[in-house]
Amino acid sequence: MTELEKILGPRPPHDLLEQERLRFLLPTVLLGMAAFVLIVSIFQPYWRLKLFAPQYPQGLYVYVYINRLEGDIQEIDTLNHYIGMRPLEEAASLERSLSIFIVGVISLLVIAAIYVHNQYAALLTLPALLFPFIFIGDMYYWMRNFGQNLDPQAPLRNTIKPFVPPIYGEGYVGQFKTIATFENGFYLAVLASILILAGLYFHREAYKPLVDTMQHADKHTSHETS
Amino acid sequence: MSVQNPRQKYMPYLVSALVVVAVLVVVFLILRNPAEETTAEPTTEPQTGQVALSGDAQAIAEARGLSPDDVVAALKTYVPSGQPDEYVIFSSGGHSGQVLVIGVPSMRLLKVIGVFTPEPWQGWGYGAESTMKVLEEGRVNDRDVLWADTHHPALSETNGDYDGDWLFINDKANGRVALIDLRDFETKQIVKNPIALNDHGGTMVTPNTDWVIEGGQYAAPLGWKYASLDKYAEEYRGMVTFWKFDRESGRIRPEESFALELPPYWQDLCDAGKKVSDGWVFCNSFNTEMATGGVEKGDPPFEAGASQRDMDYLHIINLNKAVELIEAGNYREVNGFKVLPLDVATAEKVLFFAPEPKSPHGVDVAPGGDYLVVAGKLDPHVTIYSFEKIMQAIEAGPTETDQYGVPILNFDDVVEAQVEVGLGPLHTQFDNQGYAYTSLFLDSAVARWTLGGDYAAKNPDDPWTLVNKIPVNYNIGHLVAAEGDTVDPDGKYLVALNKWAIDRFVNVGPLLPQNFQLIDISQPGTQMQLLYDMPIGLGEPHYAQMIKADKLHAWEVYPEVGWDPHTQAKSPYATLPGEERVERNGNTVEIFMTAVRSHFTPEQIEIKKGDHVIWHITNIERAKDATHGFALPGYNINLSIEPGETVTFEFDAVEDGVFSYYCTEFCSALHLEMTGYLLVQP
Repeated sequence: MTELEKILGPRPPHDLLEQERLRFLLPTVLLGMAAFVLIVSIFQPYWRLKLFAPQYPQGLYVYVYINRLEGDIQEIDTLNHYIGMRPLEEAASLERSLSIFIVGVISLLVIAAIYVHNQYAALLTLPALLFPFIFIGDMYYWMRNFGQNLDPQAPLRNTIKPFVPPIYGEGYVGQFKTIATFENGFYLAVLASILILAGLYFHREAYKPLVDTMQHADKHTSHETS
Repeated sequence: MSVQNPRQKYMPYLVSALVVVAVLVVVFLILRNPAEETTAEPTTEPQTGQVALSGDAQAIAEARGLSPDDVVAALKTYVPSGQPDEYVIFSSGGHSGQVLVIGVPSMRLLKVIGVFTPEPWQGWGYGAESTMKVLEEGRVNDRDVLWADTHHPALSETNGDYDGDWLFINDKANGRVALIDLRDFETKQIVKNPIALNDHGGTMVTPNTDWVIEGGQYAAPLGWKYASLDKYAEEYRGMVTFWKFDRESGRIRPEESFALELPPYWQDLCDAGKKVSDGWVFCNSFNTEMATGGVEKGDPPFEAGASQRDMDYLHIINLNKAVELIEAGNYREVNGFKVLPLDVATAEKVLFFAPEPKSPHGVDVAPGGDYLVVAGKLDPHVTIYSFEKIMQAIEAGPTETDQYGVPILNFDDVVEAQVEVGLGPLHTQFDNQGYAYTSLFLDSAVARWTLGGDYAAKNPDDPWTLVNKIPVNYNIGHLVAAEGDTVDPDGKYLVALNKWAIDRFVNVGPLLPQNFQLIDISQPGTQMQLLYDMPIGLGEPHYAQMIKADKLHAWEVYPEVGWDPHTQAKSPYATLPGEERVERNGNTVEIFMTAVRSHFTPEQIEIKKGDHVIWHITNIERAKDATHGFALPGYNINLSIEPGETVTFEFDAVEDGVFSYYCTEFCSALHLEMTGYLLVQP
C-alpha cells in the first residue's frame, strides 16, 4: 500500500467498477448533491423574524442570510435605540464577512470526501454536517448578547428589561409580538446534512469492503517481509 | 463479497427512502406559501360576504329615522376602516388657492395641497427653499401674491386618458398656472401669464399633455397696458395661451409656449379636441356685444350689456396650424412672450367661429372627440356641434366674417342637435352608457340626456333626448363624473359641485360651506340616486376631476435619503448619520442636521447675532408616515420633512436670544423630547 493509498483509501479495481456501477455512484451523487444544496442555501434566508405592533399592520421583517441581513433593518434599529439595543448590523459581523468563504470551503471538503475512500471521508464532511446547528448556535449567542447588553442610558431602560428573543416561535417585547421561523436556507442546509449522512452510509457500503481487503492484504505482506 | 446479513440487505432501501422523505419535506417547507402566515396574523379577521341585515340594523334605521333609500345610500358610500376608496377627486379649492383631494365614494377629504397659498401643515411657504422658490415664481409684477382663485384642475393625459402623473390648475385672479407632481402631491412650478392679468378657460390639456390650455376672460390690452375704454374694439384683446409641457423635466417651458390673440369677446371655457378632433381646441365666449359696462353712467350694466345678442361665438382653433406658424416665426412678442397675431391667425385659417346660443358656459368634447356640447346658461338647451360638420363647413369656405375678419361658420351647417335640458345649463360630463350629464344652475339639478351617433346603442333611450333630472342642493356649478371628460369615461359616480348649501348642514354662521353631492349614475334611464353630502369649508371649488384610484402611483416615502422634492433628485445637502456638522465661513453659518425618531442632530447650535444661517435638515427615516416637522419660533420657520426629504432654509440671525426648535409632527413617544437650542449670542 502506498502512502497515498493510506490517506485516500483504496481505488476500486476497474472491473469491479464496471460490475457494480451503482454501488460506487451512490455516495458520489449524494455527497455531490449535498455540496450543491449547501451552496444554493447561500442565496436563501436562513431565519426570519416578524414583528407585529398596532402601528405596523404589515409587520416588520428581518431576514437573516448567512452573510447579510435584509428587511426593515433601519426601522427596527430606529425602534431598538429606544431600548438601547445596538444596531443589528453590528451583530456577527466577523461570521458574516467570512461565511461565504467558509461555506465554499466546507462544500469543497464534502466534494473531497468523494475521492477519499476510507474513514477520513466522514471527518471531511463533519463541518458541513454540523453547519446548520453551528449557525443556530452562533445566532443564539448574538441574540443573547444583544438582548442582554442594553444601553443603561436608553430612554426606555425602565420599561424594557434585558431579554433573549426566542430563536423559534413567538415572543413579546414591548408592544411587539415577534415570530421567529427558520427559512429556506436553513432547511436546505439541513437537507445537505441528511444527504451527507446518507452519502456516508453508502460510502461505507461501497468502500469498507475494499479497505478491509486492503488492510488484510497489507498486514499479510508486512508480516511476510518482516 | 461475503454473504450479506438481512440488515445489510434492507439498509440501502431504508436510507434511500429516508433521503426521499427528507427531500420532500424540505421542498414542501420551501414551497409553502408564506402569505398564508402573514394574512393569518392580524388580530381581527375582517369578515366579508354573507351579510345578512340583522334586526338590529332595522332598529337602528328606525331609531335614526332613515328611509330605505337612506340605508341604500349609506351602504353604497360606506368604506370600512382600512379600505381605500375606488376613485379620487382632485378639486380646485376656489379662492383658498389650494387643491383638495377627496376619496369616492366615501367623500373623505384625503389631502389639501398647498399651491398658490402658504399651507402650514405641509410647511408650504414658511421657509423651506423648495416651497419658497415655487411661490416666488408666482409673484405678479414683483409683488408676492399668496392667494389665488383656483378654478379648473387638469390631470395629465396619455392618449386622451388620465395617466395619474401630473396635475395642472389655474388661478383665475392673477392669470397663473401651477403644476403638481403626483409622485409626491406637491406643487413644483407656477407660471404667470406674461400678457394677461387674469384668465378663466384653464387648465385643460391636449390628449398627450403636450399643451396646457389657459384661456383668458376679461379682455384688456395685451401685456397690461393702459387703453381707454373708448378704444375697446381697437386696443382691447382676448387671448388663449398654450403652455408647452415637458414631461422629461417635469416643467412647463414658457420659452416654447405661446398665446393666440383673439377679439375682445370674453372667452370663457375651453376644451381640447381628442381622437378625431385631436389637434383642435374649442373655447366659447360671452361678450361678443363688446359691452364695457358703466351702470353708474346710466349705461347698461355688464350683466345686461353682455347679454343682448342671441348668439355668441364658439371659437374653433387649429392648434397644430398655430404651432406650425409659431415655429416658422410668425409671431410678435408681448412682454417677451410669443403671440400669434389675430390677423395672421385669420389669414392662415387658424381661427373660426360658429354661432352659439348667447352667453354659454362650458364647451365639452364628447369621449370620441366627435361632438362638442355647448351649454346655454341663458338658453335652456345644450347645443351639440358635429366636428365632422365643422370640418366640412371649413372645407366649403365660410362666407361671413366678424369685424376682425374671423370666418363665421353657418349655425345650421355645424349643429348636430339641440336638447332642451332645463334652466341654466352650465357644464357637461359623460359616462360609459352613452349619457351626457349637464349641470342646471337655475333648476338646481343635473340633467341626464342621451348622445346620438355611435353612442346611441349603449342605452335603451332615444338619442338626443332628456332622460331624467335629479335635484341637487343647491345652485350647482360644475359637475364631475368618473373620468367623465376623457376618451374612456367610467360612469358609476357623479359629483355635483353646489355653490349653496342653505339648509344641508348645521348652521356655522353666515358664511356657509359649499356642498359636494355624490350621485350614483351606474343604472340606466331614470335611475339616479343622491348618496351623500360633503361640506367644503375652506373655499369655493369650481371644477374637479375624478380618477380611478389605481391609476395613481404616489411614493410612500421619498426614493432616497437626502431627496430634494423640488428637483426630484438627491439634494447636494443630503446629510447622513455621522455627517452632521456646523460649518462657519465668515459670517455665514451652514448647519447640516439629521432628524430621526426622536432627536435632531445637533441639538445645540451656538451662533452670533448678525450671522447668515443656511440650515439643511435631512429626515433619515425610511418608515412610511415617519414625517418630522421643524419649527423655529421667533424666525417664522415651519417645515414638514417627509421620510427621506432634505429641506433647506436660510435666514439672518437678527435677533439674539435662546430659540428652542422642535418637531411639530407627533412622531413618536418621545416627540416632546425632539427639540434643540439655537443660541444666538448678542
